[in-house]
Amino acid sequence: MEHSHAALATVHAVSYLRFIVLFPLLGVLFNIFAGPRVGRRAINLVSPGVVLLSFFFSFAALLQLPPGGALVDTVYTWITAGRLQVDFALRVDPLSATMILIVTGVGFLIHVYSTGYMAHDEDVARYFAYLNLFTASMLLLVLGDNLLLLFVGWEGVGLCSYLLIGFWYTDDEKASAGKKAFIVNRIGDAGFLLGIFLLFWSLGAKGVWTLSFAEIQTHAGLLAVETVTVICLLLFVGATGKSAQIPLYVWLPDAMAGPTPVSALIHAATMVTAGIYMIARLHFLYSMAPTALAVVAIVGALTAFFAATIALVQTDIKRVLAYSTVSQLGYMFLGLGVGAYSAGVFHLMTHAFFKALLFLGAGSVIHAMSDEQDIRRMGGLKTKMPITYGTFLVACLAIAGFPGLSGFFSKDLILEETVASPHGSVVLWLIGTLTAGLTAFYMFRLLFVTFWGETRAPHEVAHHIHESPTVMTMPLVLLAVLSFIGGYFTLVPFLAPVFGGHHPAHVSALVKYLPTVAGLAGIGLAYQMYVRDPAMAERVAQRYAAVYRLLLNKYYVDELYDRFVVQPVVAASQWLWRVWDTVIIDGTVNGTAQTVAANGLLLRLWQTGNVQVYALSFLLGAMVILGYYLW
Amino acid sequence: MVSAVVFIPLCAALILLFIPREEEEITRRVAFGATVLTFLLSLLLLVEFQSDTADFQFVERFSWIEDFGIQYAVGIDGISLFLVLLTTLLMPLVILSSWDDIHKRVKEYLFFFLLLETGMIGTFVALDLFLFYVFWEVVLIPMSFLIGIWGGPRRIYAALKFLLYTMVGSLLMLVAILYLAYLHHAQYGTVTFDLLQLHKLTIPPETQIWLFAAFALSFAIKVPLFPLHTWLPDAHVEAPTGGSVILAGVLLKMGTYGFLRFAMPLFPAAAHAAVPVIMALAVIGIIYGALVAMVQPDLKKLVAYSSVSHLGFVMLGLFAFNVEGVEGALYQMLNHGLSTGALFFLVGVIYERRHTRLISDYGGLWKQVPVYAAVFLVVLLSSIGLPGLNGFVGEFLILLGAFGANPWAGVLGVSGVVLGAVYMLWMYQRVMFGPLRHVENTKLTDLSRREVAVFVPLLALMLVMGMYPKPFLIRMEKSVEATLARIQLARPLPDPTTPGVERAGDRDAIQEVSHSATD
Repeated sequence: MEHSHAALATVHAVSYLRFIVLFPLLGVLFNIFAGPRVGRRAINLVSPGVVLLSFFFSFAALLQLPPGGALVDTVYTWITAGRLQVDFALRVDPLSATMILIVTGVGFLIHVYSTGYMAHDEDVARYFAYLNLFTASMLLLVLGDNLLLLFVGWEGVGLCSYLLIGFWYTDDEKASAGKKAFIVNRIGDAGFLLGIFLLFWSLGAKGVWTLSFAEIQTHAGLLAVETVTVICLLLFVGATGKSAQIPLYVWLPDAMAGPTPVSALIHAATMVTAGIYMIARLHFLYSMAPTALAVVAIVGALTAFFAATIALVQTDIKRVLAYSTVSQLGYMFLGLGVGAYSAGVFHLMTHAFFKALLFLGAGSVIHAMSDEQDIRRMGGLKTKMPITYGTFLVACLAIAGFPGLSGFFSKDLILEETVASPHGSVVLWLIGTLTAGLTAFYMFRLLFVTFWGETRAPHEVAHHIHESPTVMTMPLVLLAVLSFIGGYFTLVPFLAPVFGGHHPAHVSALVKYLPTVAGLAGIGLAYQMYVRDPAMAERVAQRYAAVYRLLLNKYYVDELYDRFVVQPVVAASQWLWRVWDTVIIDGTVNGTAQTVAANGLLLRLWQTGNVQVYALSFLLGAMVILGYYLW
Repeated sequence: MVSAVVFIPLCAALILLFIPREEEEITRRVAFGATVLTFLLSLLLLVEFQSDTADFQFVERFSWIEDFGIQYAVGIDGISLFLVLLTTLLMPLVILSSWDDIHKRVKEYLFFFLLLETGMIGTFVALDLFLFYVFWEVVLIPMSFLIGIWGGPRRIYAALKFLLYTMVGSLLMLVAILYLAYLHHAQYGTVTFDLLQLHKLTIPPETQIWLFAAFALSFAIKVPLFPLHTWLPDAHVEAPTGGSVILAGVLLKMGTYGFLRFAMPLFPAAAHAAVPVIMALAVIGIIYGALVAMVQPDLKKLVAYSSVSHLGFVMLGLFAFNVEGVEGALYQMLNHGLSTGALFFLVGVIYERRHTRLISDYGGLWKQVPVYAAVFLVVLLSSIGLPGLNGFVGEFLILLGAFGANPWAGVLGVSGVVLGAVYMLWMYQRVMFGPLRHVENTKLTDLSRREVAVFVPLLALMLVMGMYPKPFLIRMEKSVEATLARIQLARPLPDPTTPGVERAGDRDAIQEVSHSATD
């Protein structure tokens, strides 16, 4: 029944969707060519302004969306070769409408915040050029009407993350982090490309040559389940790259090397949500392949747990948040993997609110602390930065699943579906519930250590601590409001035309309430360990020193990748060049030449370097052979 | 008109001989003017080109050496059109860039370049195999001189290596060409080197193998296909900037063009038999070139090995034997011409200022020369196939086509997409990012106006070809289809009961062809 949606849906052709992508692109051009000349005020006005324009157009698209249908803007034919034809066409349906509103809405707030955060950076034009390009790429990703256009945005956000993470490029470590992000993403992209290829040829074998979503959906039924499974798994490889899941999550924690608002953009509104969006967009394929769904769910649940354990012990404020993103993305994949697509997208939205808030709040703290990021040298900020603290608290409550806040609704929905869905399992629910407890613990550990107690900052830093300017606190307040009430946005029925009708899950009280209890327990434990008995944390760390070190060093995964992937490849390449290429291949060539030269007169003639003589004799020889044949 | 495009550079070269040696500025202007004129004329070809036919257009044909049936026959189709344009576009840029760069024997330098241009364009438009061979050889001589006179310290070694390597290949090709003329005499009673006439020959498969091998060796050296590539890094490292640009930008495409124009359609049965070997070598080239490029300490060598990898992609697309793959390969030839040409220009810019090409002598250049760094970034992104720029269209079509022909070739080829990003970004980081380590680099100046003028057309084309490839692709389509139809005819029909992804698509093509064959 799901397959018929696309065919029956009302589709209105419009021609203004292109502007949603175009406005930020104009911002890019403005910043590159005019930015260095026009000065800071104009940049600060134009760069967020273009995103706001996109937001208005997105909102207009939402209002004009026909019930259960879609808007399509076909701009031109992009590629046509043989049986492949790809249009530059944009589509808004409830799913992409949700996405563009998040991207432009949260994105706009991050742009505004950036004008304050980057107020003292000399390279502000370059910064906003990247930021606008990032937004444009993400919008193209979610608006693209076919897989290849999605891939354009997909690679585009990869590029922008490379540029923004390495924004302060004079620092080698930051530049490396940017490079790492791009390359790890490219590994995922390779899988994604293979998925596209297999889909294209498999459908082609049935006489359907297309990459457009609507047509794939209409004809997906022609494909064999095994083929669909492989396609889905290949595409999922791409998703693990972009959305930072095991085994390709390693770039995201390093990505915090960029300016903090960029982290907010990458972690919340754009980039990492791409993988979630892609699977939601292709839900009809995944629904056909239970094995692929199971893989998605298991990888999601494991990543959620694994990343949460790392976050327990990190001391860098942004690193805690980074692992928390990896973990929360795991929840979203868990939701998708049990077939609860709208629950996954719901969590994507609430997470966008509270995670953007958390990163921007962290940025506010770092800004006030003269670029200090280590929470061990913070403390006592509660009174000095009341707005930052208050909004950060809302975000912590939201992510911890405190009843009534946004995260509570979306996370609980995922966990309920994990039990209720035919694709779900109790084991996955248990992992998710345990992770909910861990999440609440590490978030409140972060909150208490950063904001409560006495300040541990050096005197000269402590002296300067101040609340951030209004351009920075205003986005915090707005995001706090969204994090608070976001759970009441009725996203699930809104998405029903895309994902099919939704039946509320009926689960036992235990299943329903245990995740919340776990969250509250996590908060309580953090309070005990970091407020009431601050020495306790130290004791626990000493008692389980091996586990503590393992977590602190992030299970040594980066070291393992370096030892077993990077170093062998570099060593092999060196060998290929110095031995194989230089000695064996070229040695054979030179050896042949020398042997001939030693024995033959001809080569001695060549070695005089007299090319004319050579050319002449060559021509004569040719004539002789020709004459011979024709005689 | 085609002849004018071919011979204007030669005429200009002859005019240069009458200009006194001291008048460097006039020499440069004449050469530049001639190449610009050639480019403008070739644009007329583009304007008047009909995209709805596979036939050769603008054909000029008259007898040259009547006794041997040798004709002067030239013409253009969708396969050669853009290669001619690529050549005529790059030449003025090369001459423009040499203004800053070449101060030794300027007149001879320009003379050889103009001669080279005639040879290259001639190679792409010749429709007579003997004429083709003459142009093919004409290209070698000026290139060897350019490397041997204006090159680096080991220029003589590199020039000889280049010359010998390519000569060995073309010798065998000449024998094969003569044999074809002989076969035509045997079957039809006349001697001819006319490509369209030779298409009618019936050649037994076992003979085809030998002839194909002779052509393929010559072309594979030029491409260069692994493991025949070792002349390339030496030639590039020693060649002057302009030489490297033309060598990578155009000369390598003479090899891939040769496969598509001659080796594949003339010997279709042999081409089919060669698919596994060539696909394997192409895939090895993609991965091997990328890995070896990754560990190069010298910028020019890095770009040279990256060419091995990129040309591996082109070969993979050609031997996919489907429209997607072959059009992708043609597109990628143009892309590689633009992006690798631009990369060599870029390396030339800093080499000319600092006289070193070692990556370790740089670092932190972004701060010092931001415009240069930004241009470099766009070129690099084009080279690694970022969507929105030209490289992606070619790479995607090639890999799509290759996957359709043989999924494993697609799987292995895709790894080149990852490795390409690795070696390029690593290099970029070491050159552009980090602190400005070396004091010498604080004196580096950013791009001059003339240098900007060289890069602007290249960057603009990268963007246009990435955003709107359709006008290029539709002009290639008919000729590619016709060529593929010739090749497919020779292919044994696959067992229709065999399931599998790759078969189904090709079966349609074969049915279409067999329909048109019986008509």
